[in-house]
Amino acid sequence: MDRLLIHASEGSMTTGEPGRARSDRSPWNWLLVLPIVLPLLTFLFNADEPRLLGFPLFYWLQIAFIIVGVGCTTIVYRMTK
Amino acid sequence: MSEHLTEIIVFTVLFLVVSGMGFFAARWRRPTDLASLNEWGLGGRSFGAWITWFLIGGDLYTAYTFVAVPALLFGAGAAGFFAVPYTVITYPIVFLIMIRLWSVSHVHSLVTPADFVRVRFGSPTLALLVAITGIVATMPYIALQLVGIEAVLKTMGVSGSGLLTDLPLIIAFVILAAYTYQSGLRAPALIAFVKDILIYLVILVAIIYIPARLGGWSQIFGDATAKFAATPAPGDGTLLNANNQLQYVTLALGSALALFLYPHSVTGVLASRNRDVIKRNMSALPAYSLLLALIALLGYMAISAKIKPIGTDVNTVVPQLFDQMFPDWFAGVAFAAVGIGALVPAAIMSIAAANLFTRNIYREYINRDPTDAQEAGVSKVTSLVVKIGAVLFILFIDPQFSIDLQLIGGVIILQTLPSVAIGLFTRWFHKGGLIAGWVAGMGAGILMLYNVANPATKHEHFGGSAFALAKLGLDTKMTIYAGFLALAVNLIVALLGTLLFRALKVADGPDGTAPEHYTADEGDPRIKDLNLSGST
Repeated sequence: MDRLLIHASEGSMTTGEPGRARSDRSPWNWLLVLPIVLPLLTFLFNADEPRLLGFPLFYWLQIAFIIVGVGCTTIVYRMTK
Repeated sequence: MSEHLTEIIVFTVLFLVVSGMGFFAARWRRPTDLASLNEWGLGGRSFGAWITWFLIGGDLYTAYTFVAVPALLFGAGAAGFFAVPYTVITYPIVFLIMIRLWSVSHVHSLVTPADFVRVRFGSPTLALLVAITGIVATMPYIALQLVGIEAVLKTMGVSGSGLLTDLPLIIAFVILAAYTYQSGLRAPALIAFVKDILIYLVILVAIIYIPARLGGWSQIFGDATAKFAATPAPGDGTLLNANNQLQYVTLALGSALALFLYPHSVTGVLASRNRDVIKRNMSALPAYSLLLALIALLGYMAISAKIKPIGTDVNTVVPQLFDQMFPDWFAGVAFAAVGIGALVPAAIMSIAAANLFTRNIYREYINRDPTDAQEAGVSKVTSLVVKIGAVLFILFIDPQFSIDLQLIGGVIILQTLPSVAIGLFTRWFHKGGLIAGWVAGMGAGILMLYNVANPATKHEHFGGSAFALAKLGLDTKMTIYAGFLALAVNLIVALLGTLLFRALKVADGPDGTAPEHYTADEGDPRIKDLNLSGST
């Protein structure tokens, strides 16, 4: 392992095609904040009414957040591909 | 026993078919040689989007989840629904984290999270702490998979009394151990297909058929509300109350942060072929959360159907519900889904724990320069030892103890977050600061859990993860997730420790990685390949 470390620190390692640096930075990433924050705001969903198909708000809205999560991560994936 | 005969036959047939697939998996996507950790432990690092989806899904949404989450709703109501926000927020959180871990692991041929810490911080001690944390957190998790199978066997009346009580459980685990030994990560990857198809089938039928028999969803929620209103316990109900909202939110967030620190999650991620597979999966995996939300509500259906758990084991409510509601043959299919659902994560967890031992203990302290075949050999044997340990756990120690330990597991695995997750973004922390933070967070976490009592299970200590803020002298009845508070302690100590060690000019470890290693992708050169070019 040490042998490998020295190898790396010598800088002989090159990544990707020359002249094309890869980066994970993108303004689209901010969209990921939405599905992280929404499910943590209990005041949004901690109620019985309005009901949907017999489900209290607490249950159907949190299930709806799953769809928000899928939506946001899918958009970020597509846009940063 | 005879009344369950159809169920037992269906269960056994499906179980045997799946076991056959486990052995066959060694030939699936056959490598030239299985005798390396890349092949045995990570399936050749070659899984595409679909296999990864099934593998990680099968890995994270375990049989225990399927019996325990509804059992939580059955017992306490809304507080148990935390599993849903937890699995919503985890994917956007790790979306940008896991691709970095994949890249650096690809470049450096890393197999475990502790491998990464070793290279990043140049500290064998810190890596050892991360490895031990991973192993200790994973062991009771494997044992809990057995609790899932046991709940099913109990309902079928198979594990009755006498000397042979646990024989079916032992047979199931011997089969599992044998094909994991032979096929490595390919076995759970192949079995995960069957497991998920069965689970999806059972749940789709359950959420349409059972509510229809019980008089609709309004009726089910009404029955649950009535049940909780009638109990003397103040914390239950179909909605949260003023005192458990903070607990609900911190438990969801803390669990979400912990999920991908577990070694078995990392194993699933590192087995994928490239960064695109991981990103695509982070947006597709929440489909399982939808399933989980519906499964959770089985707990309320059980209340509405007036299900009584077997003895004091609330984990039997879901199997009991299936037994009572479904025709025998379909109940057999449902039980097989739970049983097989236990095999996939148990296999991946034992592989992950074995890899930690091999890479971060055996390789670091016993044999510094092992061949690939030696590494794979050690991991295979360790995976057996880990499984035997899990069986002994269940046979000789109260299953409640595994549940307590798993609770502790979530809190302690969270203490590797500063080294592993934050370490992927910054090398700012000093290795000494991280070690001090780990010690402080671990101590604080265990101390807090020790002081949580649970009157329902008559536990004075380790009764849950909801720590009363009143114990810190605050004038409130609110509770908070102990792991969350422990992580805060960890981060503060790591920060102060880093400043202190810098001021004292204590030597830090070397960083073996470069910034571009964190964005490398499939096809980019690996250090190992460059280094060994000509010799292989």
